Amino acid sequence: MALSLKLSGLTKIFPGNGTMEEVRVIDPLDCHIEQGQFFSIVGPSGCGKTTLLRIIAGLEPASEGTILLNGEAVANNDNRVGLVFQEFALFPWRTTVQNIEMGLEILGVPKTERRQEALKYVREFGLTGFEDTYPRMLSGGMKQRVAIARTLVANPEVLLMDEPFGFLDSQSRMEMQNFLLEVWEKRQTTVVFVTHSVSEAIYLGDRVMVMSNRPSSIMDIFDIDIPRPRERSHPRLSKLREEVFQLCARL
Amino acid sequence: MRGKRLIPPLVLVGVWQVVCSVGLVPAFKLPSPFQVLTGLAELMTVGLPPGHLLHTHALYSLERVFFGYTAAVLTAIPLGIGMGWSRRVRYLLEPLVEIFRPIPPLAWIPIAILWFGIGTKSAAFIIFLGAFFPILLNTASGVLGIDPILVEAILTMNANRRDIILKVLVPGAIPSIITGMRIGLGLGWMTLVAAEFSGVKQGYGLGYMIMTARDIQRPDEVLAGMIVIGVTGLVIDGMLRLVEKSLIRWR
Repeated sequence: MALSLKLSGLTKIFPGNGTMEEVRVIDPLDCHIEQGQFFSIVGPSGCGKTTLLRIIAGLEPASEGTILLNGEAVANNDNRVGLVFQEFALFPWRTTVQNIEMGLEILGVPKTERRQEALKYVREFGLTGFEDTYPRMLSGGMKQRVAIARTLVANPEVLLMDEPFGFLDSQSRMEMQNFLLEVWEKRQTTVVFVTHSVSEAIYLGDRVMVMSNRPSSIMDIFDIDIPRPRERSHPRLSKLREEVFQLCARL
Repeated sequence: MRGKRLIPPLVLVGVWQVVCSVGLVPAFKLPSPFQVLTGLAELMTVGLPPGHLLHTHALYSLERVFFGYTAAVLTAIPLGIGMGWSRRVRYLLEPLVEIFRPIPPLAWIPIAILWFGIGTKSAAFIIFLGAFFPILLNTASGVLGIDPILVEAILTMNANRRDIILKVLVPGAIPSIITGMRIGLGLGWMTLVAAEFSGVKQGYGLGYMIMTARDIQRPDEVLAGMIVIGVTGLVIDGMLRLVEKSLIRWR
């Protein structure tokens, strides 16, 4: 399998000033994520997993280190990388379709073409009937579907997700997990999925990276060798969960 | 329900008529509604000074407002966006704004006349001053109120500065911008009439008309002019409210 995302020596330090001390958020971190892989990241809150994702997304500069995507450095706001936020971050003044087509609009895709493309996503993502609805009127699960569609429409090679289901109730959370797996299996996009839920990380991921407290480093990376589609009650799943918990307990 | 809104003004007019009819107040202090109506008809047909008809007065006033207000909108919105967006711009401009803002536009009249002479230009300048600050400050606070995550969301879509301004800052601040425009227009319209008190070259303008009516001791025509000013302001604001409604359906 081709090497997809390669982080080398990635470090993040928030410099101090007169009143605040310098904060080391991420200690030198090396990691390879293969193309098409579902890569989960778990860690205690405040451990810098979100910061890591923001650095990969180009929203924040790394203090040191490099990020290569298929051998090429990831630029600021690289098109090859898309980010889905926990807070959905939908544009409230845009309808479902208008939100989805934003990325194409910025790329300069002509109006009819981008509208057609967005409508394809509306159908695929089960949003039919809500094309012209404003985000305010959508449920949490639907908002996140719109957000995922909005990110995928620009065809990123890597889909970064920052606790995307953190604001959902457990029922729609499970629905969205399965929905995400469907979408991922169909497109074979690389997914980097940050969550604080160990079960979620294991259920979804091919690999699960466990990060330590600040300054974060990699505690361990687990290979989740459970065949898909996975049963939520699979005994391997709870055994792995036990192992990860034990590791976390040592933090 | 709609009809009920007409009751308070009708009651007011009724009380007014009664007060005048029973002779509680002499007509030279408060002409009756009926006399005011007659005065209004005279303003429309004979004109004051004779030949200078009401609608021409109104058109001249509207023209002055149009120029001053357009100038205020065109300068205050971009500046307000700059102030809301950039801490540095805000830091630089704030003292200046806070010094100029408390100066009543009417206090500028002598200087305006000195710079622009008596006429449309100096009236437009006064209106500009009246409308400028509410639009500026509301635009700035509207931009400041936009959730920064929306800017990040568009940044991950490879947006440039222009995209950020046109696709996030402006639409996000639209509700505040329109509020500012409504306040600004109201203030501009108020200021205008007062500005015309101090003289106009062309011999037209609602403020000028009222002052002329005062000079020839026609309180009925003074009141008729005041009512015309009020109703015109109401109509203009109503038009802006329609714009507001159509632009912010998403709220």
